[in-house]
Amino acid sequence: MAMTATAGHAQADPHHIGVVTEHPGPAPKRIVTAYGFWIFLLSDIVMFSCFFAAYAVLSGQTADGPKGSEIFEQRNVAIETVCLLLSSFTCGMASIAADVRNRFWFYLGMTVTCVLGLIFLVIELREFADLVARGYGPSRSAFLTAFFSLVGCHGLHVSAGVLWLLTMMAQVFAKGFRADVLRRMMCFALFWHALDIVWVGVFSVVYLLGSAA
Amino acid sequence: MLGKLDWSAIPFDQPIPLIAGAIVLVAILGVLSWVVVKGHLPYLWREWITSVDHKRIGVMYILLASVMLLRGGSDAIMMRIQQAVAYQSQGYLPPEHYNQIFSAHGTIMIFFVAMPFVIGLMNLIVPLQLGVRDVAFPTLNSVGFWLTATGALLVNLSLVVGEFARTGWLAFPPLSELSYSPGVGVDYYAWSLQISGVGTLVAGINLVTTVLKLRTKGMNYLRMPMFCWTTLASNLLIVAAFPILTATLAMLLLDRYLGFHFFTNEAGGNVMMFMNLIWAWGHPEVYILVLPAFGIFSEVVSTFSGKALFGYRSMVLATMAICVISFMVWLHHFFTMGAGPDVNAIFGIASMIIAVPTGVKIYNWLFTMYGGRIRFATPMLWSVGFMITFIVGGLTGVLLAVPPADFMLHNSMFLVAHFHNVIIGGVLFGAFAGFEYWFPKAFGFRLDERWGKLAFWFTFLGFFITFVPLYIAGMLGMTRRMQHYDVAAWRPWMIVAAIGMAVLTIGVICQIVQIVVSIRNREALRDRTGDPWDGRSLEWATSSPPPVFNFAFNPDVRGEDAYWDMKARAQQQSLERDRPEYQDIEMPRNSPTGFVCAFFATIMGFALIWHIWWMVILGGLGAWATFVVFAWRDHDEYVIPAEEVAAIDRVNLEERGNLVSMAGTV
Repeated sequence: MAMTATAGHAQADPHHIGVVTEHPGPAPKRIVTAYGFWIFLLSDIVMFSCFFAAYAVLSGQTADGPKGSEIFEQRNVAIETVCLLLSSFTCGMASIAADVRNRFWFYLGMTVTCVLGLIFLVIELREFADLVARGYGPSRSAFLTAFFSLVGCHGLHVSAGVLWLLTMMAQVFAKGFRADVLRRMMCFALFWHALDIVWVGVFSVVYLLGSAA
Repeated sequence: MLGKLDWSAIPFDQPIPLIAGAIVLVAILGVLSWVVVKGHLPYLWREWITSVDHKRIGVMYILLASVMLLRGGSDAIMMRIQQAVAYQSQGYLPPEHYNQIFSAHGTIMIFFVAMPFVIGLMNLIVPLQLGVRDVAFPTLNSVGFWLTATGALLVNLSLVVGEFARTGWLAFPPLSELSYSPGVGVDYYAWSLQISGVGTLVAGINLVTTVLKLRTKGMNYLRMPMFCWTTLASNLLIVAAFPILTATLAMLLLDRYLGFHFFTNEAGGNVMMFMNLIWAWGHPEVYILVLPAFGIFSEVVSTFSGKALFGYRSMVLATMAICVISFMVWLHHFFTMGAGPDVNAIFGIASMIIAVPTGVKIYNWLFTMYGGRIRFATPMLWSVGFMITFIVGGLTGVLLAVPPADFMLHNSMFLVAHFHNVIIGGVLFGAFAGFEYWFPKAFGFRLDERWGKLAFWFTFLGFFITFVPLYIAGMLGMTRRMQHYDVAAWRPWMIVAAIGMAVLTIGVICQIVQIVVSIRNREALRDRTGDPWDGRSLEWATSSPPPVFNFAFNPDVRGEDAYWDMKARAQQQSLERDRPEYQDIEMPRNSPTGFVCAFFATIMGFALIWHIWWMVILGGLGAWATFVVFAWRDHDEYVIPAEEVAAIDRVNLEERGNLVSMAGTV
């Protein structure tokens, strides 16, 4: 059963079309982990797309309540966006620091990312609390339902990300830059950047289009 | 303190669920105490519950599916009896109970029988066919299984604590909204599906990554066994479709728990959005189930015909075509809901187009058999039975894809007969074929052929006796989900269907007897070679059951039907001569992460259903802590020394020696 690679595989392949490149075997762990996580992210984006679709369907259904243009504050949204985009940059810095095993820059990058994430969450929560206080909670209309769900779903992801971030920092503190810790760090970075991409969608579809209407 | 939970949740006034619940409870306690008294608990914990071995997890998935099949089957028996007797009378099941039964039947059969069965078979076999040692994420695999089990546990808990949904298996709003379903039934439904849905998604990601990134040397895409291809397609669909289910159920739950307006009649909610979303998941779901079954039939037909699969490339193409088109037909589930003739026409045509690749597959199987030396072993019987049954189901499906015809038959018993025709004839027959075919691989002995054949014939005939009458009743105008009826013309058909159900039940009993008899005679049925069927793909290249590391050496693949090829070439060369030095093998360590995580998920799910908020937080924290503990461990692998690998492998080689020398005659 032990076989050494020989020439002439093309003949062994009954359907050969030109050159048959030989599959080299199982991929290394780092590749497998990242690949699996990418697939998870794609599935997460499918989930977000459902909430986007629901928002698109329901955004006109205000049930005599407020329209988007009446409740969105562009200044807040701008600050939120800046926070999140900057945090992606600092998260990238932390990733690089982890790759070169520089603890100081890793902690610094992660801390700034965390703070920026928290600022984003605080602004979002204040926006939500303010709307609820004015009687424009998610039960007011289907539009507000879809708005709170879509933006809130992203916010929940950011919260989970912050929890993950803190766990990650603790783990580097306790275990150092071990191979499995580095793989997790890579997944975390992918997650955080993906949330940024989703936010660009939220920003455009909800706030930009909503304010214009 | 305990939210909505109090003593009124236990249905003391309803004898049927109470007695059923008591029997189940006694059975569980009996098994548990037997396990504890006999001292099997440490073994179970070490070797099964905490196992991250894909083969063990696969077996546990199938065990879960088999147990749930009995539960879902009991529901089916109750419904058939009810409709046989409830002519101009109330029958023996009150409406609110009957409604729970058909909802539970559908939910259980799809999510906790069909899904775990096919995922179990994929888990068990795909890494072996790919020639690798495990799936991409072994611990996550265990998490996925135990979350599925959590979902099943919650559904069954609803039998005695509270109630199950009365809304049908897809819980359409506005009926499933709080105003029309104020009880906990819909919450049981939604949370158990949310939790098991996470498990399914995890399994999907895992298997996609396994097929795409973990293949042995030389296993190019176009050398993969057909079952690996259908696994890939099915799991791609899981990854793309299950998040839709999660999002849709999340919206329904937000409506119910926090007063949102996604699908309500008030404040601008949109019920049709639910239909579109749920079927955007629901239609791919049927292909998630049936594609792996197609893969199983491909393996079985080719093995038992002694020929390579006919039209391998067209089969791959057909599989991937189905994978894509399955996302473009969802609207045929609600042609009658006013999308207009143009939209209906497009989806009707798309639904007919998807029958084309399926037809390609049928022809490929037939041509594989043509000119082959066919052995009618039990797996082959299931496969041929499938081809006949599935063609009937497919044709009635094409009929329903014609919108004008669908307007006549929508939500009738004709529809019920159609989808049972494809799901029983396709998925269940496939699962049984795979079960019979791979059982020796998993346990090291074959199943008794005589009882297997009896099981097939009773199931096959029972199926037609049960469901042909339902087609007829449907054309006579009988709608689905009727607790009682007054039309005399339907009555005889309902009685025939009930008789058919009895025949089907005999089939199930034969399967159980088959397993018992086979375990008793296991020494006589022992598979010493690892290749009991003269197989063609790599799972047969290792012993039965395979060692924990599957292969002492990662096989080097040089063409399609890798193992067949090896057997053929081994005629000229001795196996052992070229055996390289054995090496240490690293395998993932077992971990209770999956079980503990599912424990907390069960607590959390139960607490969410009954609005016990402190317990929800506790469960959530517990699940998070479990993952942190898992992430903190220092050794995630253990080493099997080369001598041990060599010892295990030599035994296998010796047994195999005889077989290989005989393979030359084929």
